[in-house]
Amino acid sequence: MMDWLPENIWFSVGLKVFFALMMVGAVMTMAGYSVLAERKVSAWMQGRVGPNRTVLPLVDYIPVIGPLLKKLGIFQPLADGLKFLFKEEIVPGHVNKFYYYLAPLIALVPALTTMTVLPFGQMYWPDGSVTTLALADLEVGILFVFAVSSLGVYGIALAGWSSNNKYSFLGGIRSSAQMISYELAMGLSLLPVFLWVSVPGAQTSGLSISGIANFQEGSAWLFLVQPLSALIFLIALFAETNRLPFDMPESETDLVGGFHTEYGSFKFGIFFVAEYAHIVIGSAIFTLLFLGGWHFLPFMSDPWPPNWIGTLLGVGWFLAKTIFLIFFFIWIRWTLPRFRYDQVMHLGWTKLLPLALANLIIYVLIVTLIDQPSSLF
Amino acid sequence: MMSTVDLLFWLFATLSVGGGLSMVFSKHPVSAAMFMIVSLVGVAALFVLLESFFLAVLQVLVYAGAVMVLFLFIIMLLDVGPDAAKQKITNWKTGIFGFFTAALLVYLLVFLGNSNDFVNEGTSSWPALIEDSATSGQSLPFSTNVSSFGYGLMTKYMLPVQIAGFMLLAAMIGVIILSKKDVQQKNDG
Amino acid sequence: MAKTVVLERKPLSLSERTYLPQIVTGLKTTFSNMFKPKVTLQYPEERPVIPNDYRGVPTLVKDPNGREKCVSCQLCEFVCPPKAIRITPGSVPEDQEDREHVEKAPQEFEINMLRCIYCGYCQEVCPEEAIFLQEQYSSSGYSREEMINNKQKLYELGGTLPDRHYKWDRKKQAELDGNAH
Repeated sequence: MMDWLPENIWFSVGLKVFFALMMVGAVMTMAGYSVLAERKVSAWMQGRVGPNRTVLPLVDYIPVIGPLLKKLGIFQPLADGLKFLFKEEIVPGHVNKFYYYLAPLIALVPALTTMTVLPFGQMYWPDGSVTTLALADLEVGILFVFAVSSLGVYGIALAGWSSNNKYSFLGGIRSSAQMISYELAMGLSLLPVFLWVSVPGAQTSGLSISGIANFQEGSAWLFLVQPLSALIFLIALFAETNRLPFDMPESETDLVGGFHTEYGSFKFGIFFVAEYAHIVIGSAIFTLLFLGGWHFLPFMSDPWPPNWIGTLLGVGWFLAKTIFLIFFFIWIRWTLPRFRYDQVMHLGWTKLLPLALANLIIYVLIVTLIDQPSSLF
Repeated sequence: MMSTVDLLFWLFATLSVGGGLSMVFSKHPVSAAMFMIVSLVGVAALFVLLESFFLAVLQVLVYAGAVMVLFLFIIMLLDVGPDAAKQKITNWKTGIFGFFTAALLVYLLVFLGNSNDFVNEGTSSWPALIEDSATSGQSLPFSTNVSSFGYGLMTKYMLPVQIAGFMLLAAMIGVIILSKKDVQQKNDG
Repeated sequence: MAKTVVLERKPLSLSERTYLPQIVTGLKTTFSNMFKPKVTLQYPEERPVIPNDYRGVPTLVKDPNGREKCVSCQLCEFVCPPKAIRITPGSVPEDQEDREHVEKAPQEFEINMLRCIYCGYCQEVCPEEAIFLQEQYSSSGYSREEMINNKQKLYELGGTLPDRHYKWDRKKQAELDGNAH
């Protein structure tokens, strides 16, 4: 029954581990630099300059490039990471030790697991065949992402509970309520996309991320076809990644630090990295689902040649779109104030959910009209 | 010699059964909930070994991701301590129902697990009504494919799906009425 | 009792109720802000312009003749709210040519900058105009001892300020004129 396991299992497992480490490295680097981007963009939007002092030894003496890198704060993430590593580990006496230590890990692991199914480009082989670049291009990829990322809430809920602190606890409770509420709208907003992509006779299922991305090649991007779905998905994405204006679990003005009030040093760093990894992956998924993934522009076929150059350009184009979305996340954060908790719930249950349902019904009718015009009348 | 798959099976089987047992025997409700999540994820992994990725993902998405969050939510909100588990069953009704539930489980495991009717697809014991609907459309070969699941749910198992949906709806309405009634009584009193 | 006026809130327009156009306006504002000139001062390299009446670190000043103005009356020590000032009074030797009529001068004068709150009472109370809060604003050190400014340091920081009164010169002149009190 296990014919999908290859013969030389240790070699292939080793290869996968290598690829996985590379992927983790890439996403973690992007997460680190999103922190820098957050600091820089917020500074620019507020008329400041942001981090511009950190520099590696000697680099400063390289003419032009050295000072430029320093001015852009390129080495800041390194300093930030080291700071988290070398800070004193403090464990408050009143916490539940086991879950207190477990919570950051539970928060980080789903964030890193979702990237296994994240396609990021297409490989054009010399013999003309095309494969998707991903650790595992699952048929039910998008569901896998939902399933695993929904486990991330345990990290926050457990952190809040085990800290044995009322602020942390409120943060944890708020976050689990928010996650449950917006997961519904998020899932419902994607159903029309699956319907739209699963045209009769399609080779791939509508639940495959690479399938959805490839569906948009040379035709309209899905956010043009389904603007409401894209909007609801984007809003729910903000809520699921706990970004402003939905950062209820943190909301430092009313909850001190939210669920990580009692966390410090590296354990806090893990929460921090997990949060930004979520943003990176969320941006990548929105790009794949609604912005055409690695394909060039709507209604245009990819201008790059079908060889290794095309592969690299495609991956680069995908990264560019993802980075733009990360910028958009930051941009929104420094534009909108935080919602009140009841407003968050109100928006989720009475606005987004009915809207997503109506959107689904309308698209069911439209798809039926296109596929079987006679069945409606 | 044990193959890799067998090894994985035993690993995940231990995880799910061990998680389940730990859930029952752990003193603290939060630990119990966490063990239940472990058990559910273990079952999902077993589904993956059966090449049923869709079911595995749904298992994690629905049970581990949504239902258990609600469980944990309630446990945390009510602040159920370790003492809650120490309560002895004194109510005879609870004892009887517990016994019958356990007996039902044993029955299902022993008898239905051996029954060929249940295992073989062709001689399913569902009413003929459902059989007919399956043969009416052009049939899709059964596989672990997502579309195969969808096809099955919308044709052969249409009636069970609808019934299950209706039962959930009824339960939901019941909950709403029960919670509203409480508010009314408070207002009256 | 004053009459309260209840202002009616205008009903929200459609674009305000749907919220999204408002968000777009906000996004435009923040985006345009990104390209406006920055107001940040690169501190150690660039220094802010200090206004004239700035109350920085308290210092002791000398008069234009280079004489010590403080007569260790200890009023500042007395008025100092956080008790940052400590003066050890001393007397001025009789034979000093330019210090006639001055009987006392501080032997030691310490201002603890870890305690000082920059309130300026010392400057206000000083009858000799000997203590001034000047433009220096940044004091730092590696130990607590380093943060206590002694007399020498205080005069270094204070330097000489123009004097309008020349009190001692006038006293000397008055004595020469024969109407010393």
